[in-house]
Amino acid sequence: MPDTLTQASAPRPAPLAAVNDFVVKFANVNGSGSASANGLFAKAIIRMGVPVAARNIFPSNIQGLPTWYEVRVSGAGHLGRRGGVDLAVPLNPQTWDDDVKEIVPGGYLFYDSTKPLPVSKFRDDIHVIGVPLTAICNEAYKVPRERQLFKNICYVGALSWLINIDPAVIEQLLKEEFASKPKLIPANLAAFNLGRNWAQKHLKPIGLQLQQSDAVGNRIFVEGNAAAALGAVYGGATVCAWYPITPSTSLAEGFTGYCEDFRTNADGTKNYAIVQCEDEIASIGVVVGAGWNGARAFTCTSGPGISLMNEFIGLSYFAEIPAVIFDVQRGGPSTGMPTRTQQSDILLAAYASHGDTKHVMLLPSDPGECFTMGAQAFDLSDRLQTTVFVMLDLDIGMQEWLCEPFQWDDAKQIDRGKVMTAEMLESGTFFGRYTDVDGDGIPFRTYPGTHPTKGAYFTRGTSRNRMAGYSEKGIDYQDNMERLLKKFHTAATLVPGPIVRPAQKKTKVGAIYFGSTTPAMHEALEALEQTGHHIDAMRVRGFPFSQEVYDFIHAHDEICVVEQNRDAQLRSLLMIEGGIDASHLTSILHYDGTPITARFLIDAIGNRLDARKATRQVTTKADKQ
Amino acid sequence: MTYILKPKLHHPSLPKNDLGLTRRDYEGRVSTLCAGCGHDSISAAIIQSAWELGIQPHRLAKMSGIGCSSKTPDYFMGQSHGFNSVHGRMPSVLTGANLANRELIYLGVSGDGDSASIGLGQFAHSIRRGVNMSYIVENNGVYGLTKGQFSATSDKGSKSKKGVENTENGIDLVALALQLGATYVGRSFSGDKEQLVPLIKGAMSHHGPAFIDVISPCVAFNNHAGSTKSFDYVREHNEAVNRLDVILGRAPITADYRPGEVREVTQHDGSTLRLRKLHDDYDATNKIGAANYLQERHAQGEIVTGLLYVDPEATDLHDRLDTTKRPLNQLSTAELTPGAAALAKINAALR
Repeated sequence: MPDTLTQASAPRPAPLAAVNDFVVKFANVNGSGSASANGLFAKAIIRMGVPVAARNIFPSNIQGLPTWYEVRVSGAGHLGRRGGVDLAVPLNPQTWDDDVKEIVPGGYLFYDSTKPLPVSKFRDDIHVIGVPLTAICNEAYKVPRERQLFKNICYVGALSWLINIDPAVIEQLLKEEFASKPKLIPANLAAFNLGRNWAQKHLKPIGLQLQQSDAVGNRIFVEGNAAAALGAVYGGATVCAWYPITPSTSLAEGFTGYCEDFRTNADGTKNYAIVQCEDEIASIGVVVGAGWNGARAFTCTSGPGISLMNEFIGLSYFAEIPAVIFDVQRGGPSTGMPTRTQQSDILLAAYASHGDTKHVMLLPSDPGECFTMGAQAFDLSDRLQTTVFVMLDLDIGMQEWLCEPFQWDDAKQIDRGKVMTAEMLESGTFFGRYTDVDGDGIPFRTYPGTHPTKGAYFTRGTSRNRMAGYSEKGIDYQDNMERLLKKFHTAATLVPGPIVRPAQKKTKVGAIYFGSTTPAMHEALEALEQTGHHIDAMRVRGFPFSQEVYDFIHAHDEICVVEQNRDAQLRSLLMIEGGIDASHLTSILHYDGTPITARFLIDAIGNRLDARKATRQVTTKADKQ
Repeated sequence: MTYILKPKLHHPSLPKNDLGLTRRDYEGRVSTLCAGCGHDSISAAIIQSAWELGIQPHRLAKMSGIGCSSKTPDYFMGQSHGFNSVHGRMPSVLTGANLANRELIYLGVSGDGDSASIGLGQFAHSIRRGVNMSYIVENNGVYGLTKGQFSATSDKGSKSKKGVENTENGIDLVALALQLGATYVGRSFSGDKEQLVPLIKGAMSHHGPAFIDVISPCVAFNNHAGSTKSFDYVREHNEAVNRLDVILGRAPITADYRPGEVREVTQHDGSTLRLRKLHDDYDATNKIGAANYLQERHAQGEIVTGLLYVDPEATDLHDRLDTTKRPLNQLSTAELTPGAAALAKINAALR
């Protein structure tokens, strides 16, 4: 066994020392049962009151391929990825070399030392901690499957000693986890202590330490897909039609679970209908049919699904039928990177379908907003009678995030928008299905079956006049298209507005960002501020953009547009819709499929601003000469 | 072809149904299809069926895809909401509409291009899903709106108007529907109103996925010698296995009896289908027998028509999903939103 902590040699950099501020990364083989042990590790730290951002990096596979679990511990509350690894736990020989490479100098390598490894497999500038996990578990357990599963809990035990996880917290979590299978509680606890006791006997705690804190507060730890599903329940969705696709599947499954809990009547009948369709086209077809008939309906999918749904999305736009689509974005194009994250469906969603179309998008930045926007999307789509996209990504959708608890106002009533009732029709209220009676571009509609002789109309994807009669007259077509545009302008006043985070000092530099970039961006903005880079930042939360977004851009000389795709899609949208000059918008792009990190942003934005400063200095000198 | 407006005046002596409505009250706009189009006969049969059954027009929703057949919902039942949706996707739109409000009657009108080519998948899945609907395919074996290309139901060996022979196998939607679990399967001919009207009535009163394939010759592009979907060919090769009357707890409206055995099938909802057998060995409640018979006759070049299969104990998608009896589109905020207290519990479980 190579050098360990107890025998530190001279040229090695000093071991990292930090309290409640470090990154731990586990490398495992998928299907080996490591996920629950790693989850226990993260949750224990949260229970100690220390904020954690945990990210599961997994393959599109069920068993045998590499998987990672990155735990960022941040007493300061930074929930984005930081970049770099302080303590690596590589338990997968396939990825050993890469995993060891990622450790920052002075960092720690925790490994299973049962089998000796050549010195070349290690590095001189890190600190190595060997624990013979396999040997310990082989001695304690006879059944092969137990040896494997308990090895996972065993390493959590050893780590708990090294970084000071409170064993009482672990015990409590195991009790909660296995409340329905109490036999498993002592078994898991024994495995935990097996590792912890071995470490206590042979090793000293390392420089990375946890300390009880109250920085978590009453925050909750939840996945965005579950939060969005709950939002759909609170938003009154009754019809869900979907087709399985990573990373959106757990949204439909979450909706199913919450509906079973909250939408089942005493007689066992259900106040919802969920259909797993044959494909994404049928899914959106069911949603459009249900929306046409007055139910709140949604589908959840990812980029490939949106590609397939384009024709129906155009119908929803043109025939003015409410529909909600949750797009949990992944790496594209084509099958792309199904288990990696990106913000690369922005343009696809904004302009989905042939012909002139524009669609409403909501851009949640964490599970908390997945809940609120998930509910709000249904009011908006009923109000606007069109498709509303809720744009999650894999990082928000499938990772557990620490966020503020969900809130709901019981006084809130569902807004069904402009629906003409039988009473209104009976009393002689004028009804023209595609007539703009209020000047906001939004016409009234009727639900099928409303009145025996009034209010029936024919819905079609072909052109029609204001009374829904088929028409191929240019003037009728144009009149309708202009009204749809007016309706889209109305939408800009209804979607969630942007949130501005002003710099501490007056500045001519701004930044625009959205979605899962948010926590890393906030951390980067703080760090950049400390190095004298002052940036006014705006988080956009909806499309169409409100005037406030364009005013912000025009109030600055340069805007960095930060996004997680190759082609600067948000920047294009700002240019197209706002007529913004390309030279006004600088792209900061991260699109390798991993979530954007604070360190990447500090470098990328910092370099850009340094270059800007240098240019300005040269220009000023030239002016003086 | 007609471009005059329909007069709104009704003849005072037109017969009225139980609701006091005349057939005219079930009509729609003037058809824009070609003069003599089989589809117009089917629209007339739909009007007759809904009138005879005493359906309130606004309690029926007309759904269609794209194509000549899919245009027809505009030409009947003008007081019903209609939805002319996306090519080949009527079944999914109808499924969604049905989920939103189970109390309406859903009539899906489609064509052979719409259901057997681009929409074969949705046709299949809506039937296996058990959607409560009357799904009518107006089958002419040809793409009319694009002027005469073969469709997927065109028989191998059938000739196009230009004389080209179809070399691909035809799809028999009836055989597929049987396999996929349609609980009411019929075939008819647009030129045989006497057979078609009761079949549509039976489908509209059936609780479950009801499918009717109606051979409907295209007078413009598929009514020539050499076509297996021409009026002459279908008349010559039509082999009806039975004649049907639909009785809704009262005397049958159609009383045109000829000799032959009569069998009554009472459906789950109380309606009775009175089947007058034209073939002694044909049992319309025997699915396997029906499938075999279809194959045998098809091999002989015959087009089997009539009520080919019915399951009187059929269930639908709502039964399988166990949805509430109330239409989902009428549930209130209180019934849909669990409220702040439930949310507090959810929050507590996520810490």
